[in-house]
Formats: sequence, structure tokens, C-alpha cells
Amino acid sequence: MVTVADNSQVKLTRKDFQSSQEVRWCPGCGDYAILATVQRFLPSLGIPKENIVFISGIGCSSRFPYYMSTYGFHTIHGRAPAIASGVKIANPKLNVWVVTGDGDSLSIGGNHLIHALRRNVNLKILLFNNRIYGLTKGQYSPTSEAGKKTKSSPFGSVDHPFSPASVALGAEATFVARSIDRDAKHLEEMLAQLAAHEGSGLLEIFQNCNVFNDGAYVHFTEKDVKDSMQLRVEHGKPFLFANGTKGIRFGGARGFDPEIVTVGEGGVPLSEVAVHDETEATGALAFMLSKVQPPTFPMPIGVFRKVQRPVYEEQVHAQIAQVTKARGEGTIRQLLTSGETWRVD
Amino acid sequence: MSTASDDVTTPHDGGKPHRALEGAVIRFSGDSGDGMQLTGTQFTNTAAVLGNDLATFPDFPAEIRAPAGTTFGVSGFQLNFSSRNIFTPGDQPDVLVAMNPAALKVNLPDLKMGGILIINEDAFTKQNLDRAGYDDNPLHSGVLSHYRMFSIPISTQTDAALKETGLSFKEVQRAKNFWTLGLLYYLYGRPLEHTLKFIEDKFRAKEDVALGNRLALKAGYMYGEVSEIFQEIYDIPKAQLEPGLYRNMTGNVATAWGALAASKKAGIPLFYGSYPITPASDVLHTLSRYKHFGAITFQAEDEIAAVTSAIGAAFAGQLAITGSSGPGIALKGEAIGLAAMVELPLVILNVQRGGPSTGLPTKTEQADLLQAMYGRNGECPVPIVAASTPSDCFIMMMEACRLALKYMVPVFLLTDGYLANGSEPWRIPEDDELPDVQGHFLTEKPEGEFHPYLRNEETLARVWPLPGTPGMEHRIGGLEKSFTSGHISYDPENHEKMTWVRQEKVDRIANDIPLAHVDGSREGGKLLMLGWGSTYGAIHQAVNLARAEGLDVSHMHLKYLNPFPRNFEDVLRKFDKVVVPEMNNGQLRRLVRDKFLIPAIGLNKIQGKPFKVEEILACIKRELA
Repeated sequence: MVTVADNSQVKLTRKDFQSSQEVRWCPGCGDYAILATVQRFLPSLGIPKENIVFISGIGCSSRFPYYMSTYGFHTIHGRAPAIASGVKIANPKLNVWVVTGDGDSLSIGGNHLIHALRRNVNLKILLFNNRIYGLTKGQYSPTSEAGKKTKSSPFGSVDHPFSPASVALGAEATFVARSIDRDAKHLEEMLAQLAAHEGSGLLEIFQNCNVFNDGAYVHFTEKDVKDSMQLRVEHGKPFLFANGTKGIRFGGARGFDPEIVTVGEGGVPLSEVAVHDETEATGALAFMLSKVQPPTFPMPIGVFRKVQRPVYEEQVHAQIAQVTKARGEGTIRQLLTSGETWRVD
Repeated sequence: MSTASDDVTTPHDGGKPHRALEGAVIRFSGDSGDGMQLTGTQFTNTAAVLGNDLATFPDFPAEIRAPAGTTFGVSGFQLNFSSRNIFTPGDQPDVLVAMNPAALKVNLPDLKMGGILIINEDAFTKQNLDRAGYDDNPLHSGVLSHYRMFSIPISTQTDAALKETGLSFKEVQRAKNFWTLGLLYYLYGRPLEHTLKFIEDKFRAKEDVALGNRLALKAGYMYGEVSEIFQEIYDIPKAQLEPGLYRNMTGNVATAWGALAASKKAGIPLFYGSYPITPASDVLHTLSRYKHFGAITFQAEDEIAAVTSAIGAAFAGQLAITGSSGPGIALKGEAIGLAAMVELPLVILNVQRGGPSTGLPTKTEQADLLQAMYGRNGECPVPIVAASTPSDCFIMMMEACRLALKYMVPVFLLTDGYLANGSEPWRIPEDDELPDVQGHFLTEKPEGEFHPYLRNEETLARVWPLPGTPGMEHRIGGLEKSFTSGHISYDPENHEKMTWVRQEKVDRIANDIPLAHVDGSREGGKLLMLGWGSTYGAIHQAVNLARAEGLDVSHMHLKYLNPFPRNFEDVLRKFDKVVVPEMNNGQLRRLVRDKFLIPAIGLNKIQGKPFKVEEILACIKRELA
């Protein structure tokens, strides 16, 4: 068996993570920005690149592993979380990343995504959400807005979309975050938090498909609306946006309906604004963040949820170690002669 | 009448005359809740320890607890035990135990004329007779006059024997299978020790139940001794078996143990990805108990995750196996293609059952051979091996692992429901009899530019560099690869070449497997019976019987179905006629015709049941007439 060297601090640069393969996404695709950010970010982990594995399914985003100079596996549609689970369980010392899209992980591969998250396999899942099928040239996806006109929905889609973060939270994910392709600084911060988390984590990245769904996110990513339409959440900090002039508090008839309030002069005191707690027990706070969106609310980005739970593969190996310690390591001879046997002379 | 006490082990035989028999076939049958599988297994294990050769055939319904008393809820366990070498669980039972009218109705047509019929008459109530569809009570209508019937109030007897135990009525009635087993032990002069020990171990936590079962077992035995219903008891001496250490073995356990042995032999940890499915689940259950062998069992969220997690484990350097039955294999098809494309070792176990679709989950069939051969998109050859007997599953699993690791390919192992649940005595192999299973990891970067599709010139296997090894970082995937660099390639000539490489790699395995063995005349003759898989016993015995009658017939049984053994075509051409008995609609026959243009003839049975020896013997006689 191979033994993996300790992830002792090694000095690598962005260039060390670039493979020899020519990057072949459409010019202007949001994937370029994400790739660059990931390559810039990885050296900060200090992990030797032979211990890093990128695993993807099928779709535009799933070409990602070919452009990384780490170990990589471009698999089949929707199955990346299951293959990655096999890799991570087989060798827990590897640092395993999954790159997937909204069609790959939420449609054909929905089952694998939810179960990898439920088990808490220590996988870092990057979900590039462009709300469209790009590689098959423009059909609506499970995150496309209802009514969307696409090649396969010329009269508007009658499919109701869901939020990847909501799905992840429903699946008992221990880490759920969201970022934006073009916000390199925020994305890098989210990658760092995801990498540091012990357990499975889903990072949804709003990614622009400039060919089939251009401008899907401009209403909250453009410079002029960014401040007023993004809610950048941080653990322990109040839900403020629009330069701190607006906030979200819980109120309404039931006392827990999110509502936008003006903060400070002419509005409510800061103390009335809800404060983010990524460890909140029921996950309701994170779920609220996964659901609210423009035009009624600003778009939340940041870490929605981060909790600790035993990691799947560690438990698998601990059980093996425990039983082996109790029974001694098995041998073929012991196996074959165990239980009832008799001799014929 | 004496009552059973709890302090003796095997009581006296009552001084009745003993008659020696060569062997006997017993079928236990009852409601699926009557514990007939347990009863049959206990009789089997006792017979095995006494040195009989044996073969078993459990036959149970898909419903866990079908409505009581109905014919579709009948569960059966047939056992053939003998002082001679035997190869099948027997065509017709000599003894039928029927615990209720439905069991009688379903099984009576199989009982030998003049055979022994043991009946629990307490269960022949109006309600049960109605449920089984009997208008008249067969115990009194005369329809059973051709059999030696012993109609016994088994429920009442069990009740009487257990009345002091304080067990509830329900618990007492649950012990009637042990009462029946005791009676059969008496009839065949079997000691009770083995089953007494089993009861002690199994019901360790429930002392009152253990006591009840012990009392019932002994009471059944005593009843045989004192009631005078049997005029004689039967001795079935030890069989002449090859010297060695033996154990009883079922196919699914042998399959699981083969995987553990392969893992140990290769020094590579086992990863078994599976999703529960009948009749393959016992492999998952068995492997999950062997954590101290380093075995990882991953109960996946679905069949696709079961195979893909295994592929991930193979990429990371483990001995990867996924197991299922036909419907699950259908779901794994795309992923098996991926394993073929990225050239990673993977064993796919198919414990076949009746199909298509959900089909007959608990019944046996061999109808997934063409699925294994062709059931993927594109040109995707996959080696196929098949086990012939329950214990053969052990060696063939090791063989599947050996080939997968050596040639860096996915390999199919085909067994079936009949092998999976059937059992036979197995001579435990010595270390030097085990296949040489080895992994060929590339641990150091070779000179020059590294790419992951560097090949072994002889086997054409690609290298297996593991994530975590410095200097060999690489990317693989389902897109076509350039033969030289391993990078994505859409080049037309390259695709044709790679298709050829994947085929050639499989074809070269023919140089690495044993030649096909012929029982009978190696020089050829009038008729060759060609089989594969679990039909081995029935064909073997039928051919032996036919040859004893002077008929010119031989038997060849394939364990390697893709590629075929090197001598396969030569052997086929030496015979005037080739007949292929299969539990399908002619799948191996089709492959033989397709590959060699030999007009092979089919003998096909698609009833969810194994062949009877007489069915094959009749075919031999027909073809030679």
C-alpha cells in the first residue's frame, strides 16, 4: 500500500497547480475565474499536490480536473460524490475535492450528493450553479427559474426550482456556504473555510454562463447593485446590507418571519437586527438564508451553516481498528478453518 | 410413553432394526414462518459432520411472511445426503415433510412414488385446507395412498413436550420445527449433539427458548423411538471423500470468503460496495463481519453508488468489488464502462436470479450471461468467469480478483441463486492451491515523461499509480484517451486503436487461464454436453449415468466465458453434436454459434428451478437415439 506523506508545509505556487492542458471553456465563462481562484488558493493549504484529488462528473464544470496538476478523475454524469466517497474512504489521508454543476449534482446525481452530505464524508464539494445545462447547449436545469424559456422549454419551463443550499441543509450537511465566481476575494475566503472544515461541505458558487444564461446574476452582482442586493453573512455578525443601513430582523405575526428594516436613524436600533449563528441547532436560520432571494430580499452569500459531527471515513477505519484490536488481524488459514470443520482421512 | 428430559444428549434408538441406504433426499416444507430453512440447515450440518457427501437446495418465497397457509408462502429446503459422491440436491425427494396443507399441495407432485410423507395433521384444519385450495381433506380422501404417510399431530406433541416450560403458546408452536427435526434425526439415526450445541449458541440470550427448542428436539426423537410408527431406521454411512479438512459451504459465503482471501493474498485491502438485493445480500452481510480482515463494506445509497464508490476505491488502490443481482447490474452498466475505459481493476459479482425486471427474486436463472457480455454502451469487452458449485464460488472469486488486478480490467463473476443458497461439503484448500492474486502498483515514477497509460507489453495492462505518490499526478476519465499520452483524444485512428487495445487485453487473458476440461472422451465422440455455472452437478451426474449405460456422451463445463479457453473450439469440433443445457433461453448457445458457426443445440429450462438429472439424461438419450 502507498503511504501518504504528512501534509507538512510545502511551498507551492499557483503555477504548480496548472496542468499542461489547454483550458477549453467558452471565452468569458465564469469557470475561468473559479479555476484561477482555486489555483491561487490551494498553495495556502500547504498540502503537497500529490495528496490532492479533484473528482468531477459530467458537464462544463466537470472538465475542471483536467486543468489541475493534481490527481484527478473525470467520471460519469452525477456520480462524482460516490466515486469521491470511495477514494476518501479508501485513503482518508487524501484531500478530496468534488467539482460539479447544478445539473450534475442536483438532477442526475441528486441521490449521491445528499447521501455524501448525510454521511459526512470529508469531501469538499464545489457546486458551480449557472442555472442552465451548458454542455448540452442550453436546456433548463433544476435551479432554473420557473417560466424560463430554453431550448427544451420554448413556452417557458413549468419546473419549480430548488436551492442547492436548501437541499444540502435538508440532507444534514455539516457545512453549507455560497459565493460568486467573480468575487475572487469572497470565494477564496469561502474556499479557506470549506477546506478547514472537518466533514463534508458544499460550496455553491454562482457562476455565469455567458453563452446560454448570460447575466443570470447581474441583478445582485453588478457594481451598482452589489451593496444593496447582497447580504454577506458572517458568524456572530448582524444581518446587515446596503452599507449597514438596512438589516434583517425576525418579526411578523409568528415572530420568526424575516423582514427588511432600516437600521439606525429613522429605523430600528442595531440590536433588533438578527445575528448570524452558523451553528444554530435546528438549521432553521441557515435554511432561511438558503431560501430568501431577490427581488424581495438581498441574496445571502457566506457560510450559512458549520457544525461538527463525526466524519464518516474516520468512523469506518476506527471500527476496523477496534475490531482488529479485539480479534487480532485475520489470516486466510484462520478464516478457512473457523467454525465447524471435520477431517476425512 | 416416556417423555423427553433435558439431561441426555442423544437418546437410545429404541432397538429397531437398521437398514443401510446409499443415500436419501429429504424435503422440509412449510409456511415461510415455520422455520424450514433452519431445520434443513441443521439436518445438513449434522450430515456433513457425519461425513456424508451432500447438496442442498433451499427454495423460499419472495415474501418474508406471506399470508399464513397460502401456497405462495410455502418455503422448502431440499437436501440430498449420501455415502457416495453426489452432485445435485436430487431430482425427487424420498421423504417429504409437509407442515401444512399448502406445503403438501405445492410439493407432493415432486415426491417419489412410495416415498415417505410426514405430515403435521394438526395443521389440516378447514381454514388451512381452504387456503391451500383443497376441497376435501387429502389425509382422508385417498389421494395419498401411493405414499407411506405418517400423519402426526406435531403441534399437539410439541405442546405436550413443552407444557412445563412456561413459554407462551406462540413460542411453543415456534419450536415444532425442532420437534420435526428430532423425528427425522431418529429416522436416520443421527445424533442430536450438533443441533443441541447450535441451540445453545444461537439462543444464549434466551434461556427459556433454548430449553423449549431442546425439549422439542428430544421429544421428536423420542416420539420416533416409542410410538412405533417407524418399523426400521436408516443408516447412511460416510462417503468416500478425498482426504483433508472439510467444512460445509454455501455459495454466498464462499464468494465472500474468496474476496477476503484474495485481499489477504494480494495484501490489498478489500472494498465491497453494495446495495441490498436478493439473492446477493448475504455476501454483504458476511463481509461486514470481517472488519479484522481490513475489509471495508460500503452499503451505498443505490446500485450506481455501490459500483462507483468501488471504482473510486480502486483509483485509490484498493481491491474493489461490487455485488448485486441482475436488476442492480443493469443500473451499474455505465459505470462498468467507465472502469473499462479508465482501466481500473474491479470485480462485479452478479448472483443471478429470474428476470427480466424484478422477475423472480428468490428463484434461480442463468439469464444474465449476455448482459455481462454485451450490456454496456460502445465496444466494451469485459472478462467473465462463472462458478460451478457453491464452494467453487470461493476459487472463482479469487480468480476474478486475480484477473482484474493483473489486467487492470473490470471482471464479471457470475453465480446464481441456486449456488448462493445451496451448500456442499468443501475440502479446505491448502495455501498453494489458491490463485496467485497480486496487485501491480507503480510506486516510483519511471524515467521520462510520465503518463498513466503506460502498458505492460505482455498483458497490455496499464500502470496503477496511486494518488498520494509524488511525481505521478495524473488525470483519468471516461473520455477517449490518446494511446501515447493518456490525454483526451478525439483522433479517429486513435479511437480505433484504443478499442482494439481494450479488446486485445481481454483476449490475452486466454493465455492465462486453464484449458477447458472434458469429462468423458477427450478424443471426441457423438455428443458433448456443454454447460456453465450452476448446472454442473445435474449435467455431470446425467452424463455419468448415460456413460454407465454405454452411451457416447461427454461433458465440458466452462468456468471462463470471456475469453473462452484456448482449446474450446478444438474440443467442440471433435464432437458430432453439441447440446447446451442452460437455465435461460440459449445464451451460451448463441455465443458458441456466433463465434464458431457451430450448430449447437439448446436444452433450456426457464422455470426458476435447477435442472433435474433425469431431464438432462432424457435429452442425452433423445439426441443419441
